Amino acid sequence: MGKNIKITINGEVVEINEGTSILDAAHQVGVIIPTLCYHKDLCVAGNCRVCVVEVAGQKRLSPSCATPCEDGMEIYTNSVKVRNSRKHIIELLLSEHNADCTRCYKNGKCELQKLASDYKVMTDDFIPLVPFKHYTIDMFSPSIIKDDSKCIRCQRCVRTCAELQGVNALTVAYKGDQMKITTFFEKAMNEVVCTNCGQCIIHCPTGALVERNYIEEVWAAITDKTKHVIVQTAPAVRVALGEELGFEVGTRITGKMVAALKRLGFDTVMDTDFSADLTIMEEGTEFLSRLKRALVDHDPEVKLPMATSCSPGWIKYIEHMYPDYLGHLSTCKSPQQMFGALAKTYYAQARNLQPENIVSVSIMPCTAKKFEANRPEMHDSGYRDVDYVLTTRELAIMIKQAGIDFMKLNDMKFDRLMGESTGAGVIFGATGGVMEAALRTAYELVTGREVPFEGLNILPVRGMEGVKEASVLIENPLKEWAFLNGVTLKCVIAHGLVNAKKVMDSVISGEANYHFIEIMACPGGCLGGGGQPIPTSPEIRAKRAAAIYAEDAGMPLRKSHLNPEVLKIYNDFLIKPLGEKSHHLLHTSYTARKRY
Amino acid sequence: METNHQLKRADFIFKNENDWKDVLKKNINRPPHELINELISSELKGRGGAGFPTGLKWKLSAEVKSDIKYVICNADEGEPGTFKDREILSLVPFKVLTAMAICGYVVGAKEGYIYLRGEYFFLKPELNKAISEFEHYCKEINLDFTIRIFMGSGAYICGEETALFESMEGKRGEPRNKPPYPAISGYMNKPTVINNVETLAHAYTIFTYGAKRFYDLGVQYSRGTKLFSVSGDTPKPGIYELELGMSLSDFVNDFGDGDTKAVQVGGASGFLVPRKRFAETTIGYEGKLIGISLPTGGSMMLFNSSRSMFNVLDNYLEFFREESCGQCTPCRVGCQQLLKGIKAVKTGEKNAQHLDKLLRLAETMQFTAKCGLGQSVANSFSSIVENFREEMIY
Repeated sequence: MGKNIKITINGEVVEINEGTSILDAAHQVGVIIPTLCYHKDLCVAGNCRVCVVEVAGQKRLSPSCATPCEDGMEIYTNSVKVRNSRKHIIELLLSEHNADCTRCYKNGKCELQKLASDYKVMTDDFIPLVPFKHYTIDMFSPSIIKDDSKCIRCQRCVRTCAELQGVNALTVAYKGDQMKITTFFEKAMNEVVCTNCGQCIIHCPTGALVERNYIEEVWAAITDKTKHVIVQTAPAVRVALGEELGFEVGTRITGKMVAALKRLGFDTVMDTDFSADLTIMEEGTEFLSRLKRALVDHDPEVKLPMATSCSPGWIKYIEHMYPDYLGHLSTCKSPQQMFGALAKTYYAQARNLQPENIVSVSIMPCTAKKFEANRPEMHDSGYRDVDYVLTTRELAIMIKQAGIDFMKLNDMKFDRLMGESTGAGVIFGATGGVMEAALRTAYELVTGREVPFEGLNILPVRGMEGVKEASVLIENPLKEWAFLNGVTLKCVIAHGLVNAKKVMDSVISGEANYHFIEIMACPGGCLGGGGQPIPTSPEIRAKRAAAIYAEDAGMPLRKSHLNPEVLKIYNDFLIKPLGEKSHHLLHTSYTARKRY
Repeated sequence: METNHQLKRADFIFKNENDWKDVLKKNINRPPHELINELISSELKGRGGAGFPTGLKWKLSAEVKSDIKYVICNADEGEPGTFKDREILSLVPFKVLTAMAICGYVVGAKEGYIYLRGEYFFLKPELNKAISEFEHYCKEINLDFTIRIFMGSGAYICGEETALFESMEGKRGEPRNKPPYPAISGYMNKPTVINNVETLAHAYTIFTYGAKRFYDLGVQYSRGTKLFSVSGDTPKPGIYELELGMSLSDFVNDFGDGDTKAVQVGGASGFLVPRKRFAETTIGYEGKLIGISLPTGGSMMLFNSSRSMFNVLDNYLEFFREESCGQCTPCRVGCQQLLKGIKAVKTGEKNAQHLDKLLRLAETMQFTAKCGLGQSVANSFSSIVENFREEMIY
């Protein structure tokens, strides 16, 4: 860090570390400077110019996000010059923007709308440019709708796609008035490398990038008396939904969420955590069998390291970017799809329902899940396994539409059969969670003892570092697993696809020697998913993670293999992990894709 | 060449480059700080239009510690009405190469690049020949310096130094935030000296004849000579080397067609000077001179009374609307609004007061745009609208 310097902001002397941006310095002393292209997750672009401030002695204004403080700087954030310029810039943005706010999905949640409201832009000095442009709306993706008429060219999506995800599906093309954000050769979003992760959506300040919503379809299903609507909720939803409904970031509202879902009219409210526990049984067994094939049978065909397959953004990423390495993926479906396949088989049988009358809905922190549910292979129940995927945001919209006073709801419990979960299922929502859950079970399966971490908390796999490594030494295993004696299992966890690339490249170059890889497409894991409440930031994700681990710590059962409903399904239906039925319903295959 | 007692013509740039080997050899045997001081005392300022002191630029870069540094010759000559760099590179390329190598020696750079405007592709073969001859000689005298040509692709914005770096790095040509400045972090985030073609040619003059010879030409704040690309309503369009500090009326007396209504100084991003201000306007860098002093990259466009200043402005704004990189709001949208706005006023869709709103908008663009492009749209816009308001109105 640099030395301390003194500057003045609006006349007030501020002591600050040299090199701090004017924006950060102002925020530290309670001076708010509006921004649009700035985002805490991303590099500084300095292109919207909304955050300009006046520095005494300089004719031109400075973008506060991109200007480092210098000793003695005299900064004015609300001078006449600043106010006039800022208003001009907002007016310019609006003149180029399809400001049909009442018909916009982001109405009320739009940063440009808020600025227009704050600065009371009520003049029409400038000529509306929208009629002169040939804007397109890309509705081809099952996950993401891209409406260029709402775009303000802040390039937050472009930076997100490049810096956080390393996907570069979105990029800038053309110049001048033609400049726009588009894809390779301006192909539709469903024809490019887009992983549907939705990070662009949660980083977009306007309605230019939104999820494809299925709210009306779900209302129709709920209203249809001939349909039995079953809903599952992902672990990360319960620590974020509250943000949309008036709660502080990081508040756990699991019980209220269940109550709200029941009030909305879902016939059965189940928990994806159940199928997360099931995933651990399947994936853990698969991992151990791969280890056995490698270490005992010396089978050259076996692919290690094995990588998790829960994150559909990651799956599409590896299909595009590393199509030769699909064998390394666990064949396990994601918890959502396991649940979907079981809803129209196991659940239908148990409740004596006709599967064609079941509508299976999932509430996910994720937009890629919409794509996943739409994959042609996800019909193992004989029907589409998951009919509709709603994001956390869409659920919040439905709750508001239904007039539910969320705060006043009494906690309720998930329905039985596929509604029981353990702490291991819950932590799937955070980066490192799948790994931790898998280790809790696999270690115990192999050694007959609990993982050697205090309170079952495997701290090395937690936290927000992009790539985390952990290793577990196996000593004195049970007889059946004797071949693992003295083996150190090497694990690596990555979140954010830009980190996935690092891990994959180190595996391919042979520089790393892992056994097990967990990858989540989104920063922070599912809790930072593209379907989660907006805004997002490192602080928000950290609070959601803390809530996830608090939820885990408070659970009576914290190991997947102890989930009584998981035990029951193996007893009654699946028989055993990796068994024939499991193979048919719970496992899948992958599709090699090209980059363009 | 015809003589004129008012305009002081000079002939340095295009003359005598056969001595380049001697100039190079002599100068790389002098201590770097001496060369920097020579350049600083000459008061040479950047000839691309912005007018940053060249010696200071070299000094800043020389002071930065880095194993890798670069020297870049900006030959992305894209300003409308400018065509001098093309002539320098075709007629006296060795002067430019020599100055680049001396600069490399001074700042500690071993690699030089010429960023050549896409439309100047035809210069490349001859220039490459000159470069190989030059590099051959460098080897002979044990000077470790190579020069490569990097072809631009036709975007005006890539003449902006940081957009030029982005372009060279294989990225989209968009200007960067400054600071950091190129001298500290330029191409590949390494210290980079980037000079206009003509600036380097003048540096050659200075290293050949000494700083005093150069300093003695021109006026205070605007020393030396400059190439002017003269075009428009003139009987003798072409490239002329003149001393800085001339008065615009002298210039018009010499180059006008007797009916000069206005002169656009500095291309589309420069200022329009109407006839009534010719006498008080001098051509040079900003300073405390009496009257108005206008800097220029060398473009001098003369307009006679047959020209509609609305059409002139319309043409410039069309240019900016298309050539803005589109990155920052004031430039991208501002250019569209200015263009649409003057058209609306001209056709009567908007009343004349709309021009005042546009003038204020142009001022905002000047204050807030990210780079020189957007900042300087106001120059031509405001000077044309303020001086020829009646021609803008329906």
